[in-house]
Parts: sequence; structure tokens; C-alpha cells
Amino acid sequence: MECGFSLVEQTKIVTAASELARNTVIYGGGGEMRVERVQEGPKRTGLRLTFEDHGPGIADIELALRDGFTTGNGLGLGLNGARKLSHQFDIWSKPGAGTRVTITRWK
Amino acid sequence: MDRIPILKLEDVLLVSIQVDMHDQLALTLQDDLTQRIVATRARAVLIDISALEMVDSFMGRMLGNIASMSRILDAHTVVVGMRPAVAITLVELGLSLPGIRTAMNVDAGLVLMRKVLGRPDEPADGE
Repeated sequence: MECGFSLVEQTKIVTAASELARNTVIYGGGGEMRVERVQEGPKRTGLRLTFEDHGPGIADIELALRDGFTTGNGLGLGLNGARKLSHQFDIWSKPGAGTRVTITRWK
Repeated sequence: MDRIPILKLEDVLLVSIQVDMHDQLALTLQDDLTQRIVATRARAVLIDISALEMVDSFMGRMLGNIASMSRILDAHTVVVGMRPAVAITLVELGLSLPGIRTAMNVDAGLVLMRKVLGRPDEPADGE
């Protein structure tokens, strides 16, 4: 998939993906990631990554997005870090059903 | 099991990470390094991450842990060779690696270590 991202942009996307993938594995008990190229208007293209699991879900999303908050033993920077490294960040979670995080980075 | 080699140069332990870092590898490195510091009585640990294309919060935490553990074991840690894109991403992620000494490359890292350790051939600058 060719999107023409610069090295810094690529590094940000890969790092955000690593943070979210780790969350999916550690907290969600595994899941799947989807990658798609997205287009908005004639000129704007981007890359969208979706991470989905069917784990326990997040009870308080606002709290989970706070830097330093963790229920595991990490730094609690992953979820919000992925948000900071992306242009668009969407999160859906339901306790008992799972979590879906979508990030988009525009070119 | 995969292992990252640790080289001993006088009283410096040199680690050059040349493979894709995964969590277990980082944890193994942390264990191996602390044991080698004690076994070799090394005073400094130099970690070359110039081959790493990505450092996420887990890897950042590992580097911080290694620096803290080394310090408790009376050794100083320098992380060298971080790529610019990695530095930009780490800061944007919210991780500024406090307490970790850095240098541009292995050469500069060794010079810095000599200063920190106050070697007779280099003037000590009291860190």
C-alpha cells in the first residue's frame, strides 16, 4: 500500500499501531487489525487503522485516555499516545463486549 | 531463545540492538544486562539503538528501567544513535525519557561515559 508518507509520519503511524496492538493483545485478549487507505475529496488521502477485540471492554473511556492511567503495569501512555500521533481518533467500547479503536492519519 | 548480545569493552558494556525489538526480547535484555553488570563489575552501559526504526512506550519504559537498574548497580547508562524520527515520535507520544543520558553515536557515548566516570585521561565535569 503506497501512501507517500514521510519517514517521520511513517514512524508515528507504526508507533501508534504498536501501542494499540499491544492494548488489543494485553487487555483485549487478542483481536484483529484492519488497514485501509481512505480518501476525502479529490486530494486528501490517508491511512486508517482499526483495532478490534472482544475482550472485557473499557469501563471509563475518559479515564483510560488520561496519560498515566493504567490497569496493567505499563506507563499508561499507549492509548492517549496513539491519539496524539494520529489526526483522527475514534474509540468504541462496551464492558463485556469489546473495544474498537480507529486511527486515521492524513497525508 | 533470542538474545541481544552484550559486549564488554574494558568496564563498559556495549549493547547494539540490530533486530526488531519485541517485548520478550526487551525483558530478556533487561535481565541479562543487570546480571552482566554485576558479573563484570561494569561501570557503564552503552545502548546503541541506531537500527531501531520505532520505539514505543513499552520500549521507552524498558530503556528507562535499564538506566534505573544500572544506576542502582553503580553503572551509568547512555542511549546512543536514536533516529530523528524516533525522537520526534517519542516526544509527541508523551515520553521524554527523563533520567536517560543520550549521545549521538557510540564514539560520543564513550566520551560522555569517560567524563561521567571521571577518568584520569578526561577531566571530570561532575555529570
